[in-house]
Amino acid sequence: MRKIRVLAAKPGLDGHDRGVKVIAAALRDAGMEVIYTGLRQTPEQIVATAIQEDVDVIALSILSGAHDYLFPEVMKMVKDKGLDDEVLVLGGGVIPESDVAAMKEAGVADIFGPGTPTAKIVEYIEANVKQRD
Amino acid sequence: MSDFEQQLMAWQTKVDKLLSKRPERKDQFATISGLPVDRLYLPQEPGEEYAGKLGLPGEYPYTRGVQPNMYRGRLWTMRQYAGFATAAESNQRYRYLLDQGTTGLSVAFDLPTQIGYDADHKLAQGEVGKVGVSISSLKDMEALFDQIPLDKVSTSMTINAPAAILLAMYIAVGAQQGVSPEQLRGTIQNDILKEYSSRGTYIFPPKPSMRVITNIFAYCAESVPQWNTISISGYHIREAGSTAVQEVAFTLANGMAYVKAAMDAGLDVDQFAPRLSFFFNAHSDFLEEVAKYRAARRLWARIMKERFGASNPKSLMVRFHTQTAGCSLTAQQPKNNIVRVAFQAMSAVLGGTQSLHTNSMDEALALPTQEAVTIALRTQQIIGYESGVTDTVDPLAGAYYIEHLTDEIEKRAEEYISKIDEMGGAVEAVEQGYVQREIQDAAYEYQKAIETGARVVVGVNKFATAKESPGDILRVDPKVRIEQMEALAALKAERDNAAVEKNLAALKQAAAGEDNLMPHFLSCVQSYATLGEICDTLRGVFGEYQAPTTI
Repeated sequence: MRKIRVLAAKPGLDGHDRGVKVIAAALRDAGMEVIYTGLRQTPEQIVATAIQEDVDVIALSILSGAHDYLFPEVMKMVKDKGLDDEVLVLGGGVIPESDVAAMKEAGVADIFGPGTPTAKIVEYIEANVKQRD
Repeated sequence: MSDFEQQLMAWQTKVDKLLSKRPERKDQFATISGLPVDRLYLPQEPGEEYAGKLGLPGEYPYTRGVQPNMYRGRLWTMRQYAGFATAAESNQRYRYLLDQGTTGLSVAFDLPTQIGYDADHKLAQGEVGKVGVSISSLKDMEALFDQIPLDKVSTSMTINAPAAILLAMYIAVGAQQGVSPEQLRGTIQNDILKEYSSRGTYIFPPKPSMRVITNIFAYCAESVPQWNTISISGYHIREAGSTAVQEVAFTLANGMAYVKAAMDAGLDVDQFAPRLSFFFNAHSDFLEEVAKYRAARRLWARIMKERFGASNPKSLMVRFHTQTAGCSLTAQQPKNNIVRVAFQAMSAVLGGTQSLHTNSMDEALALPTQEAVTIALRTQQIIGYESGVTDTVDPLAGAYYIEHLTDEIEKRAEEYISKIDEMGGAVEAVEQGYVQREIQDAAYEYQKAIETGARVVVGVNKFATAKESPGDILRVDPKVRIEQMEALAALKAERDNAAVEKNLAALKQAAAGEDNLMPHFLSCVQSYATLGEICDTLRGVFGEYQAPTTI
């Protein structure tokens, strides 16, 4: 079976990349292949990379509060490209509790806030990654 | 009489002179039980080792502080970082904070402003007014400081890549109020090297960025003499996950790169170095933090003296701002953060900070509410006015553990600095991704220690409780961007566009040459050229920074 492939991405202008790098390292240690493309990715760039790298998971991280605009933008493009059946999209960062429902509504599978153990994210991905042919 | 006794006498004369000009907060200091408290406590027989390593406060190597009487004279500046939404709304928050006893302003800008995009830029979507105030032109800056007299406040601006442009706007607002540049007091962060390694709001590549920074040093030494031209920041390095030792090492290494760049550009070290300031993190290991500030002061003083030949005492001093560690705040049981912040703030005070921001308890959840900001400010006031630690200088000096940690942090930071020297300096170390890798490795180790339980975080991996319902949080209305876009369109219709074009063309030519760019920024902003237009002009000449991949 091929390794689970994850795109770790920072949409928007936020420069806080401690969390995304820690997650990337943890997922890699858990045997996944992780692609991290650095800061300031537009939703278009993220979805294009996801297709090019044929990933199973997109893990988005925002701490600036712009998730309310950018997560749904990414999801819109994921759906436009017909990836929503294949790719699991997760979010993390400083996401207020009261925004979580709207993010899920937009199609983000789940939100992992500050203090989440990386093991919990690994487990979640392993349990929820979509079956592929 | 021994050398030290002579030094002590000279110091006492200096203190007497200082007190005749500026009396201390009280005529006599005493503990809560009435025991008298002296200004300074020394070992019974201060030997050569004491004199060399600790010395006297306000004297080389400044281990015990940069002023001879520290907080007996005046408490630190209580400076709360704030800013959100529009300039008018932020102006309201500043005036509230000033009313509540804050003594300096600290401006947070939103990300588009920090990266040099106007509010109407495509990449600004979803970001306008979120992590700070949106400033696209001098118009916004005028609203931000409306009814705040710039000769009465000191203003710190967290702005880096476009720092020169925001400083030019501040000078222009001052001019409108009748306040001359000589009277302006404040700080621009202006520390691009830590943006590449830790904070991420870079625009241009290192070389032209360093050139603009030296332009600012030269211009301010001449025209804005009370302005702190840079705040060399360990704060974000630590937030990105570094250790205390790395925070000191990478910050001072960055400082050395700025000093070298300015000297290479022909500036005299003692002309610009007195206006360099620093910015450190206050993390959770209380005594390590106290030692860290002391070690940073001693090490920098020696570097400036021995390596760069500085002789003005002010060139040797680490004057620093501190902020408590945002990364230590927990989203779980957020009220516990009040206690974390109080201990962290106390460590900064025991370490001799010149100004302090205390974080609000709800910052792991969202932008802070007014209530949370007020508690954070009250925390500083309790330390300053109730705790008694401000009544004697460097109260922890001579404690075996503190002095051991101070020595150890200094030694290990020096080892890092030697490594960075071997790579050719901080610019090269960042370009190679070395600093980034060191920091991300430390961050991952820290995370693993939490997950194995080796490091306890109360309320997160121990003493966790069922989820509390989150309280109020502050939200920024998405219509802020629409308002800003309309304001920009109106501005572009009413300003003298020929003047804007002429000034931008002159800036472009100067950027391609070697002139100091500050006068050009000033004429551009005064003709209401926007931040985005000015930065785009520079992007055309300087190009944009491409970050190395480190993971």
